[in-house]
Amino acid sequence: MSDNNTPAPSLYASREPIFPKRVTGAFRNLKWIIMAFTLGIYYLTPWIRWDRGSLLPDQAVLIDLANRRFYFFWIEIWSHEFYFVAGLLIMAGLGLFLFTSALGRVWCGYTCPQTVWTDLFILVERWIEGDRNARLRLHRQKKMDFRKARLVATKWIAWFGIGLATGGAWVFYFSDAPTLLVDLVTGQAHPVAYTTMLVLTFTTFFFGGFAREQICIYACPWPRIQAAMMDEDTLTVGYREWRGEPRGKHRKGDDAKELGDCIDCMACVNVCPMGIDIRDGQQMECITCALCIDACDDIMDKIGKPRGLIDYLAFSDEPREREGNPPRPVWAHIFRFRTMMYTGLWSLVGVGLVFALFIRPEIEMTVAPLRNPTFVTMSDGSIRNTYDVRLLNKHGEDRPFRLTIKGDPSLYMQLEGTPYETVTVKANETKLQKLHIIAPRHSAPADAERVDVRIWVEDLTTHERAHNDTIFNGRTNK
Amino acid sequence: MSDKKKDDLDYETTGHSWDGIKEYNKPLPKWWVWTFYACIVWGVGYAIAYPAWPLINGATPGLLGFSTRGEVAEDIARVEEANSAINAKLAATELTEIAADAELAGYANNAGSAVFKTWCAQCHGSGAGGAVGYPNLRDDAWLWGGSIEDIHLTISHGIRNETDDDARYSEMPAFGRDELLEKEEIVQVVNYVQTLSGETPNDAAAAAAGEELFADNCSSCHAEDGSGDRSQGAPNLTDALWLYGGDYDTILETVNNARFGVMPPWTDRLSEAEIRAVAVYVHGLGGGEASE
Repeated sequence: MSDNNTPAPSLYASREPIFPKRVTGAFRNLKWIIMAFTLGIYYLTPWIRWDRGSLLPDQAVLIDLANRRFYFFWIEIWSHEFYFVAGLLIMAGLGLFLFTSALGRVWCGYTCPQTVWTDLFILVERWIEGDRNARLRLHRQKKMDFRKARLVATKWIAWFGIGLATGGAWVFYFSDAPTLLVDLVTGQAHPVAYTTMLVLTFTTFFFGGFAREQICIYACPWPRIQAAMMDEDTLTVGYREWRGEPRGKHRKGDDAKELGDCIDCMACVNVCPMGIDIRDGQQMECITCALCIDACDDIMDKIGKPRGLIDYLAFSDEPREREGNPPRPVWAHIFRFRTMMYTGLWSLVGVGLVFALFIRPEIEMTVAPLRNPTFVTMSDGSIRNTYDVRLLNKHGEDRPFRLTIKGDPSLYMQLEGTPYETVTVKANETKLQKLHIIAPRHSAPADAERVDVRIWVEDLTTHERAHNDTIFNGRTNK
Repeated sequence: MSDKKKDDLDYETTGHSWDGIKEYNKPLPKWWVWTFYACIVWGVGYAIAYPAWPLINGATPGLLGFSTRGEVAEDIARVEEANSAINAKLAATELTEIAADAELAGYANNAGSAVFKTWCAQCHGSGAGGAVGYPNLRDDAWLWGGSIEDIHLTISHGIRNETDDDARYSEMPAFGRDELLEKEEIVQVVNYVQTLSGETPNDAAAAAAGEELFADNCSSCHAEDGSGDRSQGAPNLTDALWLYGGDYDTILETVNNARFGVMPPWTDRLSEAEIRAVAVYVHGLGGGEASE
């Protein structure tokens, strides 16, 4: 079977440690900005305050799991309105489709938490241990002397601190942040908060410090899915091999015409956080972070060649440029039917959600007829139906609501526990009110199988009204 | 072919070749295989520590002594422990005061709902709508009274059982079976009873004759006007509700052979807190009456 006698290589390989070199340039700057922005959002959001009155929490973004409320600045979503979150997830999905079809794995390269945090961890590593060469030397130094121990310990402590801050920030989204911070420090917070922090601290420390590109290559399903969304016009980071090859060091006396623009300086390889060579072409490991573009452009400037040996390229550019045509402008790749479609769908869902948010009724009532038993015969022969009426008060103060019914004129209603028509619902709560509808003996609804009836609710503060249609079961109902 | 940068042969292969198809060398990371070994070690440890190997009766118990049944028992014990304070409070609070304490009333209602569905639903129905011979607990008619104290007493001691001296007890004579009345007289009484609740009797003349028989034989319990007597559990015959049915044949059967519906006492099976909880629940179903 084997076509030679050399033994088969091992099925398992150790991870090749990667020591990305510091790089400067436009994409690096963009990535710094995005890192500061995304991390800033993540760490600071729970601390933003938003006044909702004395009875509601004043945290701008709060996921109140115990009371099943989600607060987002001026928006408050109750658990039964979770479809808003589903809508946002659909938008996130369509947004990813859009960006992937236009710009490839731009999510992976710029905004994925794994990328952002790994970038941050590498930055810390560089501050403490030095740039690529210093880190390589430290790595190759077998002997654990004081200096190496100190550097590694400092690095791990710094990583651990980032991990702790990451896990810490996460729990603040679920409880009042200032209170929880005091509770956490004084050891009075709920065990769930500590467990969550512990898990996230450890995973951040491990994923950012050690697993790094292994997560993208072996653990994450997204790179595989993305391949299905890319086409020949998708912009990904690529190498103009028709311009660069044959690569080689330019020495004095060489005929420069024999060699391409690539001087094989390995700058693109040295800066790569995934440890790959972009000159091998598009590959699974590439997260299109574009750092090799910055590195190569820097070299091209130095040797006096045009930039763009490594660049955002589309698959369809290759044959065109091989024939000597100039590169196509970026917009020609981005504005095409497929991306328009995704943009359209994305906007449609977005507009729909905003619309749904604005027409969301201020008062909500649900009516559940009691079906067991469907009706009760009273001692005077009247027929009584009972309904569970749930009234939602989404306001920051207690509010009275008046309940009335509309239907056959012989029907009348009674509220359980009160002789009046008005019930008060506490601020930000749902009240379950039992409502009886009674049909006198021998009246049409009492003898009918069932009749329609409408229950009205009126917010006595705003005089807003809402209704719910239901049925009244008569005694001939089986 | 020097201008072609990548030939398939330039990739590293494992050296395997089948019909000219070669296998790329794409080794798994070592930590992956170590994770696999770690899972095996974990699996062995798990099988020792937890129930794992099926036997004829059950499974190997495992060193930690874990069982899902045990876990449920622990959960129940934990819930009971957590509820012990409010249960004690429920047992100590005056029945009429429970409704005023929103937390206690809410707890009693929920706990009572669970007790009802476990112990009471078999006869009274899961919706408390009753059945023939088993009262509907949602209407406004009560044989022995519908105040919270009355309901509590009924649940605690039951109806017509010999095992509890405090049980509510009454017995209607079997007028036909024990030959207390003639057949003719029974027919007259039944026709009269039909008129009490506004129904048209089968035989108006018999009904008129039954009035005096009713006054002589039935009114001591069911009252002169037929409105019943709660202290004896005698049903109101003038309302629209019939526990066994209000048609002529059913009433005839009742007068001939009498009825003897029973309910067990619950003090020996439920705690005082549970009995109070289910009393609160039943009282709140829609037919509860105010205490005197």
